[in-house]
Parts: sequence; structure tokens; C-alpha cells
Amino acid sequence: MQQAERDEVEMLSLMLLVRRFEERASQQYQSQKIGGFCHLYIGQEAVVVGAAAATRPDDYFITAYRDHAHALVKGTSANACMAELFGKETGCSKGLGGSMHFFDRKNHMYGGHAIVGAHVPLAVGMAFASKYRGEDRVTLCFFGDGAINQGAFHEALNLAALYKLPVLFICENNLFAMGTSVQRSTSLKQIVDRAEGYDIPADIVDGMNFREVRDKMAEIVGSIRKEPHPAFIEARTYRYRGHSMSDPASYRTKDELEKYRLDDPIIRLRAQLTREGKLTNEQFDKIDREAKEAALASVKFAEESAEPPLDKLYDYTFVNGSKR
Amino acid sequence: MREITYRQALNEALAEELERDPDVFLMGEEVAEYNGAYKVSQGLLERFGANRIIDTPISENGFAGMGIGAAMVGLRPVVEFMTFSFSLVAFDQVVNNAPNMLTMSGGQFNVPITFRGPNGPAHQLGATHSHATECLYANFPGLKICTPATPRDAKGLLKTAIRDNNPVLVLEAELLYSSKGMVEPPDEDLLIPLGQAEVKREGSDVSIICYAQTVPLALNAAQQLEEEDISAEIIDLRSIKPLDEQAIFNSVAKTHRVVIVEQDRPFCGVGAEISYRIQKNIFDELDAPVLRVSQEDVPMPYNERLEKAVLPNMERLMAAVKKVCYS
Repeated sequence: MQQAERDEVEMLSLMLLVRRFEERASQQYQSQKIGGFCHLYIGQEAVVVGAAAATRPDDYFITAYRDHAHALVKGTSANACMAELFGKETGCSKGLGGSMHFFDRKNHMYGGHAIVGAHVPLAVGMAFASKYRGEDRVTLCFFGDGAINQGAFHEALNLAALYKLPVLFICENNLFAMGTSVQRSTSLKQIVDRAEGYDIPADIVDGMNFREVRDKMAEIVGSIRKEPHPAFIEARTYRYRGHSMSDPASYRTKDELEKYRLDDPIIRLRAQLTREGKLTNEQFDKIDREAKEAALASVKFAEESAEPPLDKLYDYTFVNGSKR
Repeated sequence: MREITYRQALNEALAEELERDPDVFLMGEEVAEYNGAYKVSQGLLERFGANRIIDTPISENGFAGMGIGAAMVGLRPVVEFMTFSFSLVAFDQVVNNAPNMLTMSGGQFNVPITFRGPNGPAHQLGATHSHATECLYANFPGLKICTPATPRDAKGLLKTAIRDNNPVLVLEAELLYSSKGMVEPPDEDLLIPLGQAEVKREGSDVSIICYAQTVPLALNAAQQLEEEDISAEIIDLRSIKPLDEQAIFNSVAKTHRVVIVEQDRPFCGVGAEISYRIQKNIFDELDAPVLRVSQEDVPMPYNERLEKAVLPNMERLMAAVKKVCYS
């Protein structure tokens, strides 16, 4: 297999890992092993996996609360992710963050943020730091269609454009902010037009198509590295489950859901690779089985892990000392 | 030691920390080309350049968050709010993102950011521009808060705040910017620890606990009280969080009477917390109830006389002291 083909099969495996992990998380939530809110990425895999394929490991990723996939693609283990959902001390945030606050400093995953839109200014600050240090690193800031109406989002876009910062804003438009459709919340005809208001170049991609996401992002990220500036992508995607585990999603029809299921990004990439002779059924079954096993193993790991100790309750409010 | 203004002291602190550490930068409205709305950042743009002294648009939430993001990846931003009344637009960033990041990330991301600017009432600025925000921010775990009242404290606390690896609010006071005081020369690296109060005047009959703008008021009162044979000990908190409880208790153990004079509003004000701690920890040392002198519980009116009546003033402070002295 060629490197590029191997890479695409690897990316398909990553999409499967996300899918099977999220399915497992859903099941564990229903068994009450996971508390609070749990927002699943099922159906949207091509967006973040395409982004991972288009970027370097040292590029910064930051997102809102539908964040399990972002951590997984940056390299956080399924074990650490499931343990975090279970609130265990082996979780990626030591059990102190939960589903909405996956962080992984080593792998450049900067959260996991729960207030809609509030992380977008953080992303601008991270991009500012890269430019300040003369790095060619790019910050990828993911958010949903609901975030584009929040004040913080607007302020952040203006700052990014004003200071010419190396940040790619990616709107994962799954058509609904909880139960409110884009048409019912947004005065513009297209989300991507928001960027125009800030003089930020913008593109629309089919978020159900891994190759289209990867190629467009790679092109844009490349141009940002050459000359720091912000850019905006509206990735049109769809979530196959409700907004969160508590949402029965009665605001959309069964027909609509069925229609989008035909666009399943995993099925599409599999079909493309198979048609091109780059993937056999046996190979697919193998990588799917491995994904399922990893997801199942993560549950066992989480169950067997310890709770964070009570006597460390005050240890994570402040760090000690000052610099030098 | 030489005499400089509070404003100059802050300017020196900023310049020294910018010089010392290339990761430090300053951002806020009018801090660069205008040299600061209150001239605190005078000359810094010229000396350190536009990459490090950055004018922002009027986007408090945006630039506060931007500072926090930069701090998450290791820079050390100093974010100026033109006044802390404007910080309320950035409240979500200051109370949700800055102090929570360390906990939410399981200890991975500390936020070495300093938010500074004038805080509290000034002269006839009206209800939206007169907020004393210390008690609001004090309620959020993960923030450190200091309130320098003198040039020396301003310099030493701001330098310490910038070097602290946690989010620190330096709540200055516009009405103190021109006040003068003795400060160590620039070649002495003046650092004053957070969480350490200072006895600004020793006394034996009553402890007056104060901070920021009420410090000069308390010192004036002490002068007048001396003429009436009441010896007041003035404790300048210097930091709200961490609070130097021990300094307070030491003083109360000596005098047995306390008046807290604070620039904020009474309900859930800083003095409420201090009163609770005093009666909880050293009840037996008290010879009188703890009294508080604060603003009146009304939105700040514009009219000059009314504003004076709202603010903690000499008349009310003297009356409170005499009450606890039963004189």
C-alpha cells in the first residue's frame, strides 16, 4: 500500500474509532456510568478527522463541548477518554472536567469548553501566541452553528482579522443548535457569510466527505502558515443523534435523518477506498473490529480505574510558585 | 527610597517586568498610542514596540479571552481594563475561563494572566462606571485579588502578580493614581507578596480594617481620633484573596474593637466575609460587635453631594469608631 493510501486507511480507522467510542459512550451513559451532559459526534467524523489529516501534530486544536472526537484524533487514548467520562483519576482531565472538558496538553488539545462561543477568543489568543513567537503553527478553532450568534464569537473574529492571526475557524454546521435550526436563529442566509463581515476569507465544504474536508483544510492551513491570517470554513455536516444524550431530537423528521444517513462519512470513504482497490472487506472488518475492541477495552479500563482522591480536592485551584 | 506617584509606580512595575521577561506583554484599550487612558502605560509603546504593547478594539470579552488563550500556551499577558466596571462585559472570561482552566483540565493548563485597571467609585461617573468589583470576583475560586493603596504597594503587588502563575486581578484606583509615596529605587526588585496585609499605623484602642480607596480615609480618621484620645490601628489588607486573616486577628486581639471600612456595597461585600471570620475565630476577643462602613445600598447617583453621601466618608467612619468604643 502506498503511503497516501495507508494514510487514508488510517484516517478511516480513526473515524471508526470515534464512531465506535461514541456508540460505547452512549451505551455507558444509558447505564448511568456517565453523569452530566454527553454530546456525541456520531455522523460528523469526517470534519475533525479531515482536519487532523490536514494538519501537523503540533497545530493547536480547540473546540466546544462535542469534544470526544477532537481528543481522540489528536492522540488522547480511548482509555483516557472513557475514564474521563466515568470521572476517574486516569481520565485525560483527571476526572475533574468530564465530557465537556477533555484536555490534553501534550497532544495540543486545548479543550473542551462548555459556554457556547466562549472558547473562540481563547483560540485567537493561542494564535496570537504563535505569531508572537514567530512560529508557523496554526490554531484550529471548532464550534457549532449555534456559536456564530454569540458576542464572544464576533469579537474574536474581529480581533483575529485585525491582528492577522493564524487561526482557522471551523463551523461544524450540523443544522441545529440544540433544537433550534439555523434558519430560526440566524439572520443571514448562510453561516459562511458571517466571515465576510470581518473580511475573513471563507469556504463551504461538505462535512460528510473526508477527502473534501482534508483537501480544502490542507490548502487553507498551508496558506495560513505562509502568511499569518485568519480563515473560516463552514463544514456542512449532520449529527445522527440528538444534541446530547438528553435530547430525543423531535425537531427533525425521521425522513430527514434517513436522508443524511445515506451520507455517512465512514460508508462513503470505505466505498471510495474499496472501489479504488485500496481496501478489501476483510481489511475493513479488521479495522472496525479493532475500533470496537478499543472502545470496549476503554470501558473496562474506566471501570477498573480509581476515583480521584478527596484529599486532593484543593490541589487544582492554584499552581504553586511564580516564574523564575 | 524616592517619592513617586502611584501611576509612576505602576509604570515602573510594567516596564521592569516587560524588560525582564519577553513573554510579558500588555494589551487593552488605549494602552499604546494614547499612552493609557490614565497614562499608566506612558512611554511603554516607544520602549517595547507594537508587538508587546497592543491597542485593542472595544471588545472586553474578546480581548480578555484572547489573553487567557495566550496564557494557556505560556505567554504572560497583562490585560488592562480601562475600568473594572467594563470588565463586567468580560465577566464570563474572567470568572469562567481564567480561574477554572486548571481544574477543568486536571492540572494541565494554568493561566498566568494579570488583569489590571482602576476599580471602584471615582468622581461623579454615575451608576455604570462606579462599580467596586472586588466582592464579585472574590466569590470565584481560582482568582487572586489585590488592591494596592500606595505607590509602593502598587509597584510591589503588580510585579508579584505578573510573576504569579495563576490569574491575578490588580484592582487599582483612579483617585489614587496621582497620590505620592516613597518607593525603593528601580534597581531593587520590589516584590510584595499577595495575601499579606500591612499595619499602616499602629494603635491600641480600635482596629480599622481597610483597603484601596478607604486607606487614606482611614489614615485621616486615625489622625482625628488621636486628637480625641482614641488610638486607632490601621490594617491595610492589600489583598482580598488570599486574605491575611492572621494580621486581622492579631490586631483584634490587641484592640478588641473593629470597624471595617470598605469601598464596595454592603450586601455580600468584602466586610461581610471579614466580619464572619472575626466573630468565628476570635469571638472572645471582641468587646463590641464588628461594624462596617461601606457605600449606601443604592446605584451610584451623579450629583456630587449625593455621591459623597453614598461613599464611605469621614463622618460615618468616625461615628462607627465611637460606637464600638462606647464613647
